[in-house]
Amino acid sequence: MQPLAKLLEAALFAASRPLTLEELISLEPEAGESAIRGALDEVRSSYGDEHGVELVEIAEGWQFLTRREYAETIDRAQFALRPRRLSPAALETLAIIAYRQPVGRLEVDEIRGVDSGAVMDKLVERGLIEVVTRGEGLGRPLLYGTTPSFLEILGLKDLEDLPRLEELSVALRRPTPVDEPE
Amino acid sequence: MTTPITRDSGGSGFVVELEKFSGPLDLLLHLIREDEVDITDLPIAKIADQFLSVIQDLGLNQAADYLEMAARLLRIKAQMLLPRRLGDDEWEDPRAELVRRLLEYQQIRELVDWFGRAAERKAERFGRGYEAPPADAPPAPLQIDLNDLLSAAERVISLIPEPMLHRVVPRPLDVEGATARIQALLEKHDTFGWSDAVGGGPHATLVDVLSTFIALLELAKRSALTLSQSEPFGPMVIKRATPREAA
Repeated sequence: MQPLAKLLEAALFAASRPLTLEELISLEPEAGESAIRGALDEVRSSYGDEHGVELVEIAEGWQFLTRREYAETIDRAQFALRPRRLSPAALETLAIIAYRQPVGRLEVDEIRGVDSGAVMDKLVERGLIEVVTRGEGLGRPLLYGTTPSFLEILGLKDLEDLPRLEELSVALRRPTPVDEPE
Repeated sequence: MTTPITRDSGGSGFVVELEKFSGPLDLLLHLIREDEVDITDLPIAKIADQFLSVIQDLGLNQAADYLEMAARLLRIKAQMLLPRRLGDDEWEDPRAELVRRLLEYQQIRELVDWFGRAAERKAERFGRGYEAPPADAPPAPLQIDLNDLLSAAERVISLIPEPMLHRVVPRPLDVEGATARIQALLEKHDTFGWSDAVGGGPHATLVDVLSTFIALLELAKRSALTLSQSEPFGPMVIKRATPREAA
């Protein structure tokens, strides 16, 4: 590997979270974006099939992750902890916020048909959603959006990775069109 | 957490545990699926009855959201029963809003399935040094050295605003002067009035008044004179004390 690729490999190894392209560029600003991208490709291909970990594009960044086939064995040995599973109520709330962001508490309550305050507080605590702005309406309500951690726990590259609403079967039977996320 | 409610609703034989549902819309969707009815042409009377029979055992505080939905269902049911003219184009299906919400919610449920699967698949790949979110750890013990402490103290001290200083002027009361003046008056007169004692006539200041008053009280205490008023707020009469009284 080229020295730049080795530098990226070291940084990605050292970090315990995905590093964004900007963060990787900041390691060697003179190199420029295209050189960094090239070096990333070099790291990724050199980790091809020869290794137990691979470089994965995730949460608007890059991260070394173990290969799927070893999950069960590592899990059984309890060498690593699986993230806690999210409750259906938490997933419902996340889904609404992911597609409607920025969105206020009232709208989430309205769509789910139940009070969602406690669930949203939990999601904020876990860093999966955050207040992104304030609405225009009465009392300037807090509006929430998803965080990079949200993309990380679902293994998504970015929000574009979410299924498009028209791909969902029910959407085909919808009498009224849905608001598409921009 | 409440105890799961299991209910067998007679003939139709479905068993529902409310804890499984994340809200009234979820329960409604469940009933609709059980009955295999068309969501856009909801048999509202039937669904409303089933909904009510499921929630009737619920504790009230937990059931608020469910009760609200029950009320909504009953209102729609009533509206459906209202007679309407044939071929009335103005007629708006009272179920429309509920159907819209149900379809929207159904879509959310599909997303929940998708999200759940995505999270499961991601959980099969470990990142380096993944750490479970920490439990509420107690705050770390304070670690500071003397220099930190001193500079912190300096910072705090520098934040203290300039103290507000007041110049305190000694009260220019002239009790001694007033005493001498009254004693001189006592030499000449057996009795005299307040305005004689104050002196200075209309130009008497508050300080003169106070000085005179304190001097009078002091002299009365020493039994050099007696003070009397014929009536409340009447003019003060100042009288030289008799030698006997003067003791």
